[in-house]
Amino acid sequence: MLPDIPQDLYYLLSAVLFTIGAIGVITRRNAIVIFMCIELMLNAANLSLITSGNFLNSLDGTIFVIFIMAVAAAEAAVGLAIFVLIFRLKGTVHVDDFNLLKG
Amino acid sequence: MIGIGLGFKWFIFVVMALTAVGSSLMMVTRKNPIHSALWLIVTFFSVAVLYVTLNATFIAVAQVMVYAGAIMMLVLFVIMLIHLEWGAQWGRKKSFPKFIGGFITLILFVQILAGVYTYSDAGQHGIYTAQKLAEIGNTRAVGALLYGKYAFAFEVASILLLVGIVGAVLLARKRNEQER
Repeated sequence: MLPDIPQDLYYLLSAVLFTIGAIGVITRRNAIVIFMCIELMLNAANLSLITSGNFLNSLDGTIFVIFIMAVAAAEAAVGLAIFVLIFRLKGTVHVDDFNLLKG
Repeated sequence: MIGIGLGFKWFIFVVMALTAVGSSLMMVTRKNPIHSALWLIVTFFSVAVLYVTLNATFIAVAQVMVYAGAIMMLVLFVIMLIHLEWGAQWGRKKSFPKFIGGFITLILFVQILAGVYTYSDAGQHGIYTAQKLAEIGNTRAVGALLYGKYAFAFEVASILLLVGIVGAVLLARKRNEQER
């Protein structure tokens, strides 16, 4: 008889997804791909919150995830608007070219 | 998830975990941002299935609608709007800062692993067991909590979304003549 899926496996998966997202943020230079990697990291955090909530028989993790989704949606709207604006200004979304404050 | 065999649950978990890891790896390594976005949608769907195995059916549906539907549609829309389908560069050349960055992130991964395997399960157990959730319905329980205990946070989140909408419209509109 199989045991139930241990919560460590879910935490492990969450850690792997978070690390993949962080590696993407550090190594990619396209602003929109970096944005998508940040979404992946948010999703990994959501997975660990839901896991904790499920194994503690609590719904608070679910509520946190709802708020994280609301913040992610607002971030997506504003962030993509900023990318469109920077593309109009500079003609690129390559993050190494964003040196407007450098003078 | 009540009513299915444990073996089937394990099967779903393993398949969906491998799909999530594989498609997120594909997302990070693809050169074309559109391919990255489509692989990320696959990741979001497999994470949604994992939410179902954790008795969080409402969040699973919200994940598909908000992430895979709304946010990724917006991302794809912007990618196509500013024509960067082939403008991206992954950089096949070995770059020392990238190598160092990846190494530091792997150290972060080892630290998270140390946390996962040394934590003690000290949380207080709540009342929403799987049987109880199946009895009263997951969405109903979430809604009662969201509009009851967390009503103030809910209102703050709605103000945040309003600010986001106004900010996005203000940023992305075309400049008119008198501002030039």
